[in-house]
Amino acid sequence: MALLQTNGLTAFYRDFQALFGVDLWLDAGETVAIVGANGAGKSTLMRSVSGVLRNKPEQIVFDGRPIGALAAPEVMALGIAMVPEGRKLFPSLTVEENLLIGRYGRSTNGPWSLETIYQLFPVLKERRNNPGTALSGGQQQMVSIGRALMSNPHVLLCDELSLGLAPVIIKDIYAAFPAIRESGASIVIVEQDIGQAMKVADRLYCMMEGRVTLSGRPMELKREAIHAAYFGADS
Amino acid sequence: MHGPATTWRVETRTKTSTIFMAFGALAVIAGLLAPLYVPRAALQDLFFILTMLVLAQSWNLLAGYAGLVSVGQQAFVGLGAYVMFAGVLLFKLDPLVAILLGGFAAALLAIPAGIFAFRLQGAYFAIGTWVVAEIVRLVVAQWKTLGGGTGTSLPGPATRSMLGIDLAKNLFGFRPAQAVDVICYWVALLLAVATILLVYRLLRSRQGLALASVRDNHEAARAIGVDARRLRAIVYVASAFMTGIVGALIYVQKARISPDAAFSLTDWTAYVIFIVVIGGIGTIEGPIVGVLIFFGLQKLLADFGSIYLLVLGLIGIVVMLFAQEGLWGLFASRTGIQLLPVRRLLRGGSLKN
Amino acid sequence: MNWVDTVLQGILLGGLYALFAAGLSLVFGIMRLVNLAHGDLIVLAAYLIFVLVGTLGLNPFVAMAIAMPIMFAIGWLLQTYVFNRTLGPDILPPLLVTFGLSVVLQNGLLQAYSADSRRIPSGYLETASVRLGSLHVGVMPLLTFASALAVIVILNRLLYATELGRAFRATSDDAVTAGLMGIRPQRTFAIATGIAMAVVAIAALYLGTRSNFDPTIGPARLIYAFESVIMGGLGSLWGTLAGGIVLGVAQTIGGAVNPEWQILAGHIAFVLVLLFRPRGLFPRAVD
Repeated sequence: MALLQTNGLTAFYRDFQALFGVDLWLDAGETVAIVGANGAGKSTLMRSVSGVLRNKPEQIVFDGRPIGALAAPEVMALGIAMVPEGRKLFPSLTVEENLLIGRYGRSTNGPWSLETIYQLFPVLKERRNNPGTALSGGQQQMVSIGRALMSNPHVLLCDELSLGLAPVIIKDIYAAFPAIRESGASIVIVEQDIGQAMKVADRLYCMMEGRVTLSGRPMELKREAIHAAYFGADS
Repeated sequence: MHGPATTWRVETRTKTSTIFMAFGALAVIAGLLAPLYVPRAALQDLFFILTMLVLAQSWNLLAGYAGLVSVGQQAFVGLGAYVMFAGVLLFKLDPLVAILLGGFAAALLAIPAGIFAFRLQGAYFAIGTWVVAEIVRLVVAQWKTLGGGTGTSLPGPATRSMLGIDLAKNLFGFRPAQAVDVICYWVALLLAVATILLVYRLLRSRQGLALASVRDNHEAARAIGVDARRLRAIVYVASAFMTGIVGALIYVQKARISPDAAFSLTDWTAYVIFIVVIGGIGTIEGPIVGVLIFFGLQKLLADFGSIYLLVLGLIGIVVMLFAQEGLWGLFASRTGIQLLPVRRLLRGGSLKN
Repeated sequence: MNWVDTVLQGILLGGLYALFAAGLSLVFGIMRLVNLAHGDLIVLAAYLIFVLVGTLGLNPFVAMAIAMPIMFAIGWLLQTYVFNRTLGPDILPPLLVTFGLSVVLQNGLLQAYSADSRRIPSGYLETASVRLGSLHVGVMPLLTFASALAVIVILNRLLYATELGRAFRATSDDAVTAGLMGIRPQRTFAIATGIAMAVVAIAALYLGTRSNFDPTIGPARLIYAFESVIMGGLGSLWGTLAGGIVLGVAQTIGGAVNPEWQILAGHIAFVLVLLFRPRGLFPRAVD
């Protein structure tokens, strides 16, 4: 059985329906990428899984447990941590405090601690007493990833890591992913950047207008098929 | 769609509102003649209801439409009343003329008070207005010719020779003291009607739309060229003017003033807030419903002293927590009835069906 | 008139105002909630201590120690069941609900304890004083000021050196993201208001031992507390102390010139500070 699975997931913002029956799964130890254009429903999917948006209980199952209706702190306590879109560091906390707050709701022993995060991103150690928001965009993204890892999650959800960052910095950040995988975490990456996603993912889902339009292993998917699934068949 | 005949029109009236207008006009006429068939005690009750209604409407205009939550309206009641006293006692003005003076003084105070309080955002605006009221109270308490901290009284002859008294005496055969009550009542009725019509017209005008846009979304309103600050300042001064006039009128009738009473937070702001909140904030009908409930409760619980305010406070909390649109709002949303509609309704087209 | 003495008395009075204001400052800093019933809650706590001293014959400081957890519980319950429902983008609901609570508390206390003014007896401390050079300074005012310093140091440590404090600040910055960290914002708020009410119990002890009180004096304390918070700069606890001192000194100087100008002078100082420094004396960099 999959570690994390959605079953016909639907999501609404008031009267507006953003997801129309999304089915996907994540196996233990796997890295899955979800790609799609703006408005495809990727972020809504992340917000649903992480508990920011509430859904029907059985539409999201984690480790055999229906979690669709749980609130964010409860989901987090089960071991699903999120790197939110736009990084969302706490401006009144220092870099180190931002990292420490990551384990507030789930303080378990595991591979990740302040020390190992600083090994993963050495630049953060130098700047640990700066306010989180005084850092460059790339460094902020590192803090945000480190903050999520501090809870030693089973599943790491990464929403739009590369948004607004220069290609060379995106490369730096993705360089950390092999180490994160080795630590045993399963990873969901949401990206608009298909190339980056195909490099790190074991499997790929393409989303458009609130539905999954294509899925498979990166090697097995044709460029044209992805293109069609991403932009629609007509374009 | 029904082809080319599909037309849209913006409506600001409803059938019930037209009927209500006619009914309202009748009620005003009946109200004007009330001194002929209503005992004096009941007339005083009506005076109380009408004056509270004006205070409630002007606070509602501030908080419900302009988003300016003031807890310092007692500054304008008190100053209006004191300036009226000064006009009568020091300048021998007719009380009715002095009432107008009270209104202008309140509006004048609103300018520096506004300049100060508008620097404060949201909740701090509320505290700022309160501090202003405290300052005015403490300064007025230093006004020794008007009795300082203990206050003073209007001499009987001053009110008994007021404008219109002779008319009331000769026309209806009232005794002088009674005639004072009648004149005060008529002025209160006039003010209440004028205030409601004024607020109604303002909210239906372009400025009213702009005001609502300022309340609903500050930034967006500014983006489409609504000068939020200026608009809010105008509303603040206008509501101070109305509040000042009513304050002065209330104290013509009371004929005895002291700083603690005239600048009372409970009497002139707390009551008013509860009236508006319980009735329904952001509607014209709400304060009318609220003032009637308030008066009913007061009659019902008059013998229980502080229990009355306790109950009022609890009702206010419950309404704010569970029915934020107030009792009128609940009624209106269930029935769709609007007696004094200030919204624009889009009618016609395919919605006809 | 001895100016040094007047200013010193004003500074010490500022300590009392800072105590009134510390809880308010904490709660505002964390959840932007403006509690108009804060002054009445101080008076409620003063009655609680008064009753504990009167019926059990306790020392007032012991009574305060008992009142603190009770007030914490009251704050926790109020936040959980009342205030949390009012938090949102619209400022009207919290203002009106706390205003309603203020009226309820005042009249409830009037009903229970009448309008008679009371005082918490504190024995020889009431009149005890110490010599500082040529000045005599009351022990109670000194204790008040020391308590204010202690409260502010402890609250600052709590905010900046504990896990709970990190959670407070994170929730204040961004409640949704705080939820992703496992923080339950509403629970965090309940604890914060509980702590604010425990501080209120300390303020109440000094309110009740230093002067008479009755059920109606809450709103005036609320104004002093607010003036201290706003003058100091929102969200800064040391700023709140500075604001309290400015208010206290303005009042004692005004009062020394003419006793009737005491309170007026405080309000005018508040208006002046805000005209020249709209964000207060020590505004927080991040807001």
